Amino acid sequence: MPLKPRRKTGMPQQPPKQRAKTFEEVNEGYTEARAMFEASRCLECQIAACEEGCPVRVPIKGFLKCVSEGRFQDAYDLIKSANPLPAICGRVCPQESQCEKLCHMATRFHPVGIGHLERFVADWERQHRSKTPVAAKKLTGPRVAIVGAGPSGLTAAGELARLGYHVTIFEALHEPGGVLRYGIPEFRLPKAVLDDEIQQLQQAGVEIICNVIIGKTITLEQLTKEMAFKAIFIGTGAGLPRFLGIPGENLNGVYSANEFLTRINLMKAYQFPNAHTPLKVGEKVAVVGAGNTAMDAARSALRMGAKEVRIVYRRSETEMSAREEEYHHAQEEGVIFQWLTNPIRVVGNDEGWVTGLECQPQKLGPPDESGRARPVSSGEPPVVIPIDTLVVAIGTRPNRLLTKGGELATTSWGGLVVSESTGETSRSGIFAGGDAVTGAATVILAAGAGQRAAAAIHQKLSASGNGQAVKKTSGHA
Amino acid sequence: MAAAQEKPAPNHPQHTVSAFRILKKERLTPVTNRFVLDASWVARAAKPGQFVIVRVQKDGERIPVTIADFDAAKGTVTIVVQEVGRTSKLIGSLMEGQTVLDLVGPLGEPFHARQAKRVIGIGGGFGAAALYPVMRALSQAGLATEAVIGARTREFLVLEQELAQVCSQVMPCTDDGSYGFKGFVTDRLKQRLDELKDLSEVEVVAVGPMPMMRAVTKLTGQYKVATQVSLDPIMVDGTGMCGGCRVTVGGEIKFACVDGPFFDAHQVDFDECVRRNKMYAHEEKLSNAP
Repeated sequence: MPLKPRRKTGMPQQPPKQRAKTFEEVNEGYTEARAMFEASRCLECQIAACEEGCPVRVPIKGFLKCVSEGRFQDAYDLIKSANPLPAICGRVCPQESQCEKLCHMATRFHPVGIGHLERFVADWERQHRSKTPVAAKKLTGPRVAIVGAGPSGLTAAGELARLGYHVTIFEALHEPGGVLRYGIPEFRLPKAVLDDEIQQLQQAGVEIICNVIIGKTITLEQLTKEMAFKAIFIGTGAGLPRFLGIPGENLNGVYSANEFLTRINLMKAYQFPNAHTPLKVGEKVAVVGAGNTAMDAARSALRMGAKEVRIVYRRSETEMSAREEEYHHAQEEGVIFQWLTNPIRVVGNDEGWVTGLECQPQKLGPPDESGRARPVSSGEPPVVIPIDTLVVAIGTRPNRLLTKGGELATTSWGGLVVSESTGETSRSGIFAGGDAVTGAATVILAAGAGQRAAAAIHQKLSASGNGQAVKKTSGHA
Repeated sequence: MAAAQEKPAPNHPQHTVSAFRILKKERLTPVTNRFVLDASWVARAAKPGQFVIVRVQKDGERIPVTIADFDAAKGTVTIVVQEVGRTSKLIGSLMEGQTVLDLVGPLGEPFHARQAKRVIGIGGGFGAAALYPVMRALSQAGLATEAVIGARTREFLVLEQELAQVCSQVMPCTDDGSYGFKGFVTDRLKQRLDELKDLSEVEVVAVGPMPMMRAVTKLTGQYKVATQVSLDPIMVDGTGMCGGCRVTVGGEIKFACVDGPFFDAHQVDFDECVRRNKMYAHEEKLSNAP
């Protein structure tokens, strides 16, 4: 075996000081030479453990080999056979706890940069794809409705369109993409990348109708009875923000991360007043929570002009759920991390604006139900951090708009109950997947659920004589 | 392909193709217009008291607007918009035949009377427009309905004729006495409450500016008359996603977009509502600058 470089090939990126002022993408992507070099670090293990770590089982070993040989289109075709959203997943997947965690190189050195390479391959394909406009394919198979144009819905739609079904996606917001549109900022996932994925789906014949809220504008009943949809997939995500439930949370200047990020990402508040939606960001911002959303909010706050941005988290660095790369990027850009700090009250002035965040210092106790060390009061006196903007990023729950009627079985926290193997809900012909079922999770898990449900829908419709005209099911789903 | 009995979806809004066309525009006051829009799906689903979110153009703001009327058969939704901010002025500048890019709804919970037999609707300014479908539904359901509507002067009073068709009486008020009762809607309401001997089965519903709804709430509190108000906080998505519209009602946090817009007036923290609605006062000025 030839000697392999120990370190992962560096990702070219904008310098921290410069990038913390703009919403342009931080990572600039590998060049062809860098990509081939990095891919050649793969040990080509007999059993590709990395693939076990991938929720959709991308043939990683095979695609790395293609890249190392400069066969980028082949690499793309291989990835795409398993992952419908490679340009997105290459950017937002937590590779360090999935594929790269199991890479044998990682036992002693850096793992192969599988995520960076997935991104490279997808970007290469997008740049080299024929620019000739293609007429959208006309799908004439049985109709399937997809509720929500986020990761799981887009994936299910792509898969079903490939099988020949006439797929219509209904999206509540005015643009498709779900959390990829309103949640993940431009500097991490450029909207052009998302737009391209959506355009490809439309060319494959998928119809996307925005401004329709299933459960409000149209009911599930109408979809099946009046509009001849033979099956429905619900991918409505986990869009309902959690708040801390502490005094002062309704003061002016306190936002949910959802509101903060939606104003920036979907409504383009960073272009105010050219874009019409404003967002007020002060000089001293605290973001409560330490997941990817919290990192996104903190880094967005910097880009909106805040002078001092801190993450306030009741647990410690070890328990933090953010991707490693986001944490590093946030640190590089100057975000302050205040661990073991539990907010107990939002302090405001006479006009009702937030002026501080009172916090109780914590220490780590024995593990809680999540398996992580439980933070408990350290006994030290509370401290007040002076702030003028607070963003609460402690998680989201599924939206109940569609489930409030009670026709579909849900868990105590509002998640849809589905069959694990098929994704079918308590109502026959209605399937669900992604965060609406699992609670807030990752893009790739949602995409995987979309794929599985698409296969199950195909199987069900074929069995009932509705799918006879469509293509053979895919092997990987 | 097996496309047996494939029915086209009825009334596609064809968002990407044609947006939502203005079929009729009518000026109600110097700053208020009524628009009838082609929005068939919303028209079919709408119920009295619900609202829509409108975005006029690319990079535009999403703003909540009460549904002032709807016609399922014609597939139309009517909105009444008063020009106060950038987006409402933009809407005011649109002509018949033009379109708004996005319109989504119906949002929020419809209005429900709480076991009352007589409902007095209070409409402040263009709030009277939002009152109309509510009073119509109550009247159709067999309840006794009446309305008190008010404005600064006669030319700012709206919907008097329409309300008269669905209410046993409409009591117009103007601050300057140029028409109807001279004084605030609360003054007229007080007279009316004094006239009515038995208030046990009376309910008041108020739609209009925050100070007016607050004054009505204070008055009906003194008379112990059940009252609902329609809250109109700052919203982004209108589906419960952002939490920007949170209001405190009875000590609990509610989202006006999904739990409202109607709330038990005597439980509402009005101070907080007023304060939160001023959050973007500075940006509104910037936005409105020529």
